[in-house]
Amino acid sequence: MSAAIGQAGEIILRTSGVGKTFGKFVALNNISAEFSRGAITSIIGPNGAGKSTYFNLLCGAFPPTKGSVEFEGRDVTGLPQHRFAHMGIAKSFQITSVFPQLTTRENIRVGLQALVSRYDIWRPRARLTELVERADELLALVGLWESRERAAKTLAHGEQRALEIGMALASRPRLLLLDEPTAGMSPEETRTMMDLIVKLAKERTVILVEHKMKLVLGISDRILVLHHGELLAEGTPQEVRQNEAVKRVYLGQREH
Amino acid sequence: MTETAQSIKPHRATTGSWYEFATRHRASIAAAVILIFPLVMPFTALAVNILIYGLYALGFNLVFGYLGLLSFGHAALFGTGAYLCGIAIVHFGWPWYAAIAAGVAGGLLMALLIGVLAIRTRGIYFAMVTMALSQCVYYLFYQAVDLTGGENGLRGINVRTIDLFGLRIDFINPMIRYYVIAAFVIAAFFVMSRILASPFGAVVEAVRENGVRARASGYDVTLTRLLTFILSGGFCGLAGALQALHLSIVPIEILHYETSGLVVMIALLGGMGTFFGPMIGAAVFLVLENIVSVWTVHWQLIVGAIFIACVLFFPAGIWGTLIARGRR
Repeated sequence: MSAAIGQAGEIILRTSGVGKTFGKFVALNNISAEFSRGAITSIIGPNGAGKSTYFNLLCGAFPPTKGSVEFEGRDVTGLPQHRFAHMGIAKSFQITSVFPQLTTRENIRVGLQALVSRYDIWRPRARLTELVERADELLALVGLWESRERAAKTLAHGEQRALEIGMALASRPRLLLLDEPTAGMSPEETRTMMDLIVKLAKERTVILVEHKMKLVLGISDRILVLHHGELLAEGTPQEVRQNEAVKRVYLGQREH
Repeated sequence: MTETAQSIKPHRATTGSWYEFATRHRASIAAAVILIFPLVMPFTALAVNILIYGLYALGFNLVFGYLGLLSFGHAALFGTGAYLCGIAIVHFGWPWYAAIAAGVAGGLLMALLIGVLAIRTRGIYFAMVTMALSQCVYYLFYQAVDLTGGENGLRGINVRTIDLFGLRIDFINPMIRYYVIAAFVIAAFFVMSRILASPFGAVVEAVRENGVRARASGYDVTLTRLLTFILSGGFCGLAGALQALHLSIVPIEILHYETSGLVVMIALLGGMGTFFGPMIGAAVFLVLENIVSVWTVHWQLIVGAIFIACVLFFPAGIWGTLIARGRR
């Protein structure tokens, strides 16, 4: 997995002055940030801070209105979404997004197949046995091997989130983008998911969008705080926690 | 992880029910049924019709059932296949097999043209755009009287004998005609089975299930949709070409939107997104039409009522309902 790690500390992803407007609404304004390889970086902020918009720019769901996104030194601004998986960027969705009627295993197998065979209409797919083996490994990794033959729609919410992570891992990403991976989870499921994220981060770069600051303080190497579409603060969890501006807009809300 | 890794079994169905058997040997089963089919039918022409409309629905079902897009313009693909086959014979004197190839090519090409324009739309918009484009095709063929015969239809597609490796086969004989056409339909079933079992077949289903997710996984969803639509056009073009040979005439009604609606009904009746559904739907629909139209001219009323009842009580279609029962 050394190739997946690359040189820890170098910049894997960079946004330069990115902004996004929807009509007249400025969702995101002039964000410049760098993300280090091998680190867990969390993007936090209250509701409506622009976290999800920023996330979608990073993973290529839509292009920025201005500014540019650079992955491993290459300008990827405006490239079509399906190219991102092939470059080594994978994402999980905020709202669970799986292939509901396919089995859990087929969900991951299809994800794996994207790197190997996309337009072959003739060879039987059953011959791609290595995909099934790799799918079973990933199922075991995310804790879904027991449910492999079940239709994805019959999985519990937490299991579907785990399946999404498995699907994201299928493209062997060097950069894993997770949009509120614990949204709607029970405390126990949340703990399992956080453990999994820490485990995954040992072999790849992770960028995490999270609403609940408390969750990410312990595991993040670096934190970006967004507020009203602007970059409010940036630093280690320690620095962010002591930042006066952050305290005002964020930590003041006791329930978080 | 290590303990599970050791207990990994080959990816194969373990239940062994009739459904898994039927899936594994689906193309062979289809071939066997098609071969004995005319023996149980009251007359052979009906059996030929069922074959041709079953093939038409098979191609349609690739887009409707497997890709999850409702096309309301498949008459254009079916009709273009029929016209090109007929034109090749009537105006250019091509041999029958080249004319069939022309029909398939016509279906593919028309699907490419319609697909490029329609494939970015979703849901009801896709249905409307495909329907509008197929109406354009209707008027195009309607106006090109010199080539297509216009409103009189294209007449004179007379293929009396078929030369096969030096063998002269009498194509007028209904039974022989049935088996010649059946050979193409069976071949189409084998090709369809392979497409569905291929890696691309998995992508098609993934795109149907969740296009956004498929895109994030690294699939070009638009291109996948377009390619599937084109493949569907190939099957429908073949069905059209066989129809032209069978009828010896291509009526302009073949391009009418009723032909598009008919295939939606057949697919729904048999079971969308199932392998045997289209052929079963075609058989049930055409047999019903034949039986009912013997005792009343208002046969559409009765067939329509039966269709509505089926959609209400068996929304998965005849075959789809059987599969659901068998899986339980």
